[in-house]
Amino acid sequence: MKREGGNRFVVPALALLSVITLYPILYVIYLSTHRKLLIFHISRFIGFENYQFLLRDDRFWNALKNTLYFTGVSVSLELLLGLCFAILLNRTFRGKGLARAVILIPWAIPTVVSARMWEWMYNTDFGILNYVLGVKINWLGSPFWALNAAILMDVWKTTPFVAILLIAGLQIIPGEVYRAARVDGAGNWQIFRKIMLPLLKPAILIVLLFRTLDAFRVFDAIYVLTGGGPANTTETLSVYAYKVLFQTLQFGYGSTLSVVVFLCVGVMSIVYVNLLSRDKKA
Amino acid sequence: MKRAGFYLLLLLVCTYCAGPLIWQFITSLKPDSELTRIPPLLTDSPTVIHYISIFKGHPFLRIILNSAIVAASTTLFSLMIGSLCAFGLAKLKIRYKSLILGFILSVSMFPPIATVSPLFIIIRALGLRDTWWALIITYTTFSLPLSVWILTNFFKEIPDEIYLSSRIDGCTSFQSFYRIILPLSAPAFLTTAILVFIFSWNEFLFALTFTSTTASRTIPVAVALFPGLHEIPWGDIAAASIIVTIPLVILVFVFQRRITEGLTSGAVKG
Amino acid sequence: MAEIRLERVEKSFRNSVVFRQFDLIISDGEFFTFVGPSGCGKSTLLNMIAGLEDVTDGKIYFDDIFVNTLTPRERDVAMVFQSYALYPHMTVYENIAFPLRMKRVRRQTIDSDVKRVAQLLGLADLLGRKPKELSGGQRQRVALGRAIIRKPKVFLMDEPLSNLDARLRIDMRAELKRLHQELRITTVYVTHDQEEAMSLSDRIAVIYEGAIQQTGSPYQVYAKPENTFVGGFIGIPPMNFIHGTVAGTDPFRIELNGLILSPQVGRLPSGNRVIAGVRPEDITVSHEKTEDSVEVTVRIIEPAGSYNWSDVQWHITRVKGKSAVASHLKAGRKAFMNIPVGKMLVFDADSGERL
Repeated sequence: MKREGGNRFVVPALALLSVITLYPILYVIYLSTHRKLLIFHISRFIGFENYQFLLRDDRFWNALKNTLYFTGVSVSLELLLGLCFAILLNRTFRGKGLARAVILIPWAIPTVVSARMWEWMYNTDFGILNYVLGVKINWLGSPFWALNAAILMDVWKTTPFVAILLIAGLQIIPGEVYRAARVDGAGNWQIFRKIMLPLLKPAILIVLLFRTLDAFRVFDAIYVLTGGGPANTTETLSVYAYKVLFQTLQFGYGSTLSVVVFLCVGVMSIVYVNLLSRDKKA
Repeated sequence: MKRAGFYLLLLLVCTYCAGPLIWQFITSLKPDSELTRIPPLLTDSPTVIHYISIFKGHPFLRIILNSAIVAASTTLFSLMIGSLCAFGLAKLKIRYKSLILGFILSVSMFPPIATVSPLFIIIRALGLRDTWWALIITYTTFSLPLSVWILTNFFKEIPDEIYLSSRIDGCTSFQSFYRIILPLSAPAFLTTAILVFIFSWNEFLFALTFTSTTASRTIPVAVALFPGLHEIPWGDIAAASIIVTIPLVILVFVFQRRITEGLTSGAVKG
Repeated sequence: MAEIRLERVEKSFRNSVVFRQFDLIISDGEFFTFVGPSGCGKSTLLNMIAGLEDVTDGKIYFDDIFVNTLTPRERDVAMVFQSYALYPHMTVYENIAFPLRMKRVRRQTIDSDVKRVAQLLGLADLLGRKPKELSGGQRQRVALGRAIIRKPKVFLMDEPLSNLDARLRIDMRAELKRLHQELRITTVYVTHDQEEAMSLSDRIAVIYEGAIQQTGSPYQVYAKPENTFVGGFIGIPPMNFIHGTVAGTDPFRIELNGLILSPQVGRLPSGNRVIAGVRPEDITVSHEKTEDSVEVTVRIIEPAGSYNWSDVQWHITRVKGKSAVASHLKAGRKAFMNIPVGKMLVFDADSGERL
């Protein structure tokens, strides 16, 4: 079918995207090869020196470690919990709409607001969490607990999103498949492992894609909840980069860190997209 | 028996999700003296003093206005630019169509931190710091993948023959777009608008970077940087949190189905 | 009104020929149908005339105006799709009025035109309804109305009746015929239903595997099919094909299942084998033995109301013929079949063409 040219319809979006995203990416790569202190008008090309420094920068490696830990634990918990929620909610019952709405609340609240909420709940002396548990743990001030506390909050916030996507994935599976399996003699666990999980694979892959990238890029939650402390035990890559940029005003090295984050996320995206398209072809 | 078990689990899940918010609400009603009382439970003397305080000591109204205007404008522009783009991709001939769609979607995977330093330099150079425009332009851009994705999927569902008929009846492609396609797309536009609005309302990193004065801040930044002279004013923060969350909770309750549709649009298709 | 001239038009897609080169002239005011089985390329043809599809080679003229580069709107064609493609958010009135609004016709003129067309199609009471409130036949008429109101040069219809049930289809057929007689707009129609093509058209083009097999009036394609495909496609029940060999060339004689016949032919076959085509309505099966009849065994009897179709076995060939209800034929019993040599068509067995 012959169609009219649609180039002009696409131009505004592409133009905006190029100016606000493409151009800055190029610019940030450019910046990463400079030593640039913002206010003091210092700007000097230094090639790959920033990158060499980065490799020796302990704080960078620490941030990378924190980020990977945060991502790994967070995403695993979200997936598990989200799957449970999805299985629970994937049926018709009175008040289904209401339940769905309540579940969406954590997703809808700004991360910042949720961080302050949990900050108050984590308060050592007056927080409700310590009271309910009967302990006096310094959640946000203890090097051991802080990152886990942040993970807990992130899991709380994003499990709804995972649940919603997985419910949609579950609804595509026709009900008869389960019934046929039961007739064939399968028990609950086997149905779960051999039928539900494999058929949910595309949905799970999509969830993993979104959530892994989001968790790796985390900023809001950490910055507001712990600010990266105590003693950098919760400092993730984005938070570290932000501090370098806007607290020490080193736009050169800060850009280097930003580029590294970009590259990591880029590689992860490519891997996931490949996994996804290979799954689709199968 | 099974039923009771199900509803119990359901109750647990709902408590898990709504609990922290409800606790924050209770906190916001406690007078300062009770905030530090142990055990921290319900209050005997609820007060609205915190709600008053945040508007008095703070330009909180102004902050809400900032968020509202930025979110509303972003939604408007995102819909306009996104729908034009989606229409071209869904119904017209464009070279490298899948490449373009791929590029647009890949933008959603960009880490914001990667673009924040150059954008900051540009915004400062253009004198756009502390303006609504800086945020509107940035948010519109980063919400485009969402808008384009949802709307492209929706436009694709409209039968080609309706579009072809309108062309034979004498429409240019643009007339076809706003006379035929748009009127049929109200539901998708609503869904997209809700999601873009929520995204814009909740955004933090760019708002933090591009605004420096209390008067120009948006809600997330204000809540994050809530000033306290000696100790953190938990009561005030709680009140601010509740005020900020109310519109969102209302949106979620009214549009729960649309939000779900939007989030899963095309994502989990066969 | 316009005469459509197609010169050396051909359609290829990525190096494979979708439609073989052909020439065709459709006269002004003619009802012309492209008929053929699904996938034969007839919709592609229609789209090329409409301007929705490019021609790979060749020229199309409307009244001597070269239209290859013109858009459908510029060609002034109106099209009715199989799915009607009504605008769901507009009322019947607005749907029909739409093309005129696009032309920026004055509102009073639009109003009178829409009312007139609605009256013509029996839609006057439905003007305020939306498409989803209408039945299939009503939607069909709205689609027609939207096409008629423009008084286009050419009407194009792509299987417009295929979505209707059998009874409605016959009613709408009569409606289309009436409209055509009244409006006399050049109409190009596409269908896979040969009965529809026969009853509606001034001329028919039979299409098969991307090539025009024959162009002619309904009677011509029925009585004088140019090859076995046309012979077998046109007419219900389908033509009987009986294989045979040449028994002599001067005069021309053929042998069918042991029977020697002398049918009229225009030329001699290239080889020794022929295919004889006889329509079931021309064959009589009965218990009466006449000079030309042969003995057959009755297999299946299909009642058709005032007569029966009888499926019989003649040596190795299955043949269908007509029989009277009163002749009381029974399956499994013997009977006699009369083959009218005058109505027999002979085809070359290798090329399939009529001799």
